[in-house]
Amino acid sequence: MKHKGSQILLESMIKEGVDTIFGFPGGAVLDIYHQIPNYPLRHILTRHEQGAVHAADGYARATGRTGVALVTSGPGATNTVTGIATAYLDSVPLVVFTGQVPTKLIGNDAFQEVDIVGITRPCTKHNYLVKDVRDLAKTIKEAFYVARSGRPGPVLVDLPKDVMADACQFSYPERIAMRSYNPHYEPNLKQVRKASSLLKKAKRPVIFAGGGVIASNAHEELTWMARTLQIPVTTSMMGLGGFPGNDPLWLGMLGMHGTYVANMGINNCDLLISVGVRFDDRVTGKLESFAPEAKLVHIDIDPTSIRKNVSVDVPIVADCRLALQSLRTEVEKLLESEDLSTRYAPWREKLMAWNQAQPLCCPEGGDRIKPQAVVQKLYEITQGEAIVTTEVGQNQMWATQFYRFHQPRTWISSGGLGTMGYGFPAAIGAQIAFPDKLVLDIAGDGSIQMNSQELATAVSYGLPVKIIILNNGYLGMVRQWQELFYDRNYCSTCMHHNPDFVRLAQAYGAEGYRVERMEDLDQVLRQALESKQTTIVDVVVEQEENVYPMVPAGAGLSEMLLV
Amino acid sequence: MRHTLSVLVENEPGVLSRVAGLFSGRGFNIESLNVAPTLEQGISLMTIVTDGEEQIIEQIIKQLRKLISVIKVVDMNEIKCVDREMVLLKVNAMEQYRAEVLRIVDIFRCKVVDVSPSELTLEATGDRGKISALIQLLHRFGIKEIARTGSVTMRRSMQVD
Repeated sequence: MKHKGSQILLESMIKEGVDTIFGFPGGAVLDIYHQIPNYPLRHILTRHEQGAVHAADGYARATGRTGVALVTSGPGATNTVTGIATAYLDSVPLVVFTGQVPTKLIGNDAFQEVDIVGITRPCTKHNYLVKDVRDLAKTIKEAFYVARSGRPGPVLVDLPKDVMADACQFSYPERIAMRSYNPHYEPNLKQVRKASSLLKKAKRPVIFAGGGVIASNAHEELTWMARTLQIPVTTSMMGLGGFPGNDPLWLGMLGMHGTYVANMGINNCDLLISVGVRFDDRVTGKLESFAPEAKLVHIDIDPTSIRKNVSVDVPIVADCRLALQSLRTEVEKLLESEDLSTRYAPWREKLMAWNQAQPLCCPEGGDRIKPQAVVQKLYEITQGEAIVTTEVGQNQMWATQFYRFHQPRTWISSGGLGTMGYGFPAAIGAQIAFPDKLVLDIAGDGSIQMNSQELATAVSYGLPVKIIILNNGYLGMVRQWQELFYDRNYCSTCMHHNPDFVRLAQAYGAEGYRVERMEDLDQVLRQALESKQTTIVDVVVEQEENVYPMVPAGAGLSEMLLV
Repeated sequence: MRHTLSVLVENEPGVLSRVAGLFSGRGFNIESLNVAPTLEQGISLMTIVTDGEEQIIEQIIKQLRKLISVIKVVDMNEIKCVDREMVLLKVNAMEQYRAEVLRIVDIFRCKVVDVSPSELTLEATGDRGKISALIQLLHRFGIKEIARTGSVTMRRSMQVD
């Protein structure tokens, strides 16, 4: 029996274990939408294609599964680009299906035609244009395989309307064989032994973990390593939750807005074990002064990440989890002859002293609520049990500093691309995946307005997502840079005419609260967090509060501005 | 340092754009790029000449290997290889110069592929040094047009020093 292209597409998704699609229909994908009700697939209608991709991305980060988005051709497709680039920079497994005009019209500037394969080539792991219905099933199999294997990433599949309407025999490939793509997972044992011998010689080791630890589910192996050897741990922003944020070995986040102790730790360590990180410029500061005294071990599945920015003594190209498992075997042998944790004890004491000298703490004084206090309060109320998404800017940095993430996949934020407007739709995706969990979007008044139309999505699906707006009336992080580096010339960063966020929530059928006094904060937050509805809490905070510590762009990690 | 990379790729639409886009998107330079099908169905060979420090070349090779459509990348600088390029030259060859131009054609084992009363069009193949020397020698007669292919490279059968 022959199947239409649209049926093959949906059948293939079922075979890949997809149960939820985030999307927005249009002319070029109507054949697909016509078939959706016939399949056990949940389609979440967002209000914008960017929202659909971010929601699929949030779903993927929260679950570890592949997120799926479906949109139409032309503007539907171009509206996905920011979401795709966001997923690409943060290595999120995502498959985005775009409609395309019929094959005979491709290249003719047809209505709603755009070369989306060309446009997204630099920001996808791979992409496809399906020109024949007989190639469809194999292409979808490949797309999911590529998206989730190796270093995960977004894959786009462009589907011309006539291909969806054409029919052929459906046979879904059982296996995939790509001669040009064979991700490497197993570590080289010789390199692992070298890493182990460095541990034996080290006196001041630090583990630096990134998003790769979470992507490869290596958090247990990482935690074992750190606790057994009593090695202090710092993470990149993407690595938050990869190591328990309430562990005594936790130094806090590293980098531009990292903690004093983490940055000093990197500056003074003699061995840096880096796992699933890519040494972003926001993390390293000035490269010449990054970990100047350290031997560097770098575990990463992507060979291009190794030696891209920093020179490495022991490169290990492998899946982080497998590499750490292999290293564990070597470490257990080391421990037979010496208790390394005792040797590292003076180093830990030094780090503790740094932490006591310059701890992260919420500033006091002023009439208005401190934004740090809001995040601190959220942590106190939730005990770290929520899934937290953020927008981008000061709100994001305060979330990294004052919320403690105990579990992987509970921290969802746009790291590499820094996409304002990401947090709320991502929270929708996470809440769809975990309807019973508390999902918070920590937002700024600027960035929430970039995708606030998704309030309609959240309300229509009955999602109890909580949006906590740290409302300072500014594009806060940009204003902070203007204050520190551009003579306080606050050009175009003051958000005149913000909407009344409480009434905005109500307009969409959500709940809205406003807090202006510190004494009301606890009670309003508790009330909002208990609500079963989509809720906005508009917290009016200190306008010119800054994020500290801060390493100015281009400076070394030890050159922190502390206040 | 100049490096010649031999890149086996899937012969499918968009591959050239993926490879070229990788170079332009990351600010790497392509000096020349050749692409043509191989004996094996569905596979093409690209020869890319690029320039950069060792760390840059290492990144280029890793980034190329990361592309899903790329099957194999070989840095030809690391092995003994035969390196050739072809050039077509339209050179001024008025009566008073013609004999001398033809002598150079002979010395360089070029071919004359088109003739007019005032010009000769020459075809030459050879390594980069030979082609450059030929161009330099013909320069004084006045080269009117030039079309070079850039390098094509193949591993030597015997890797002897």
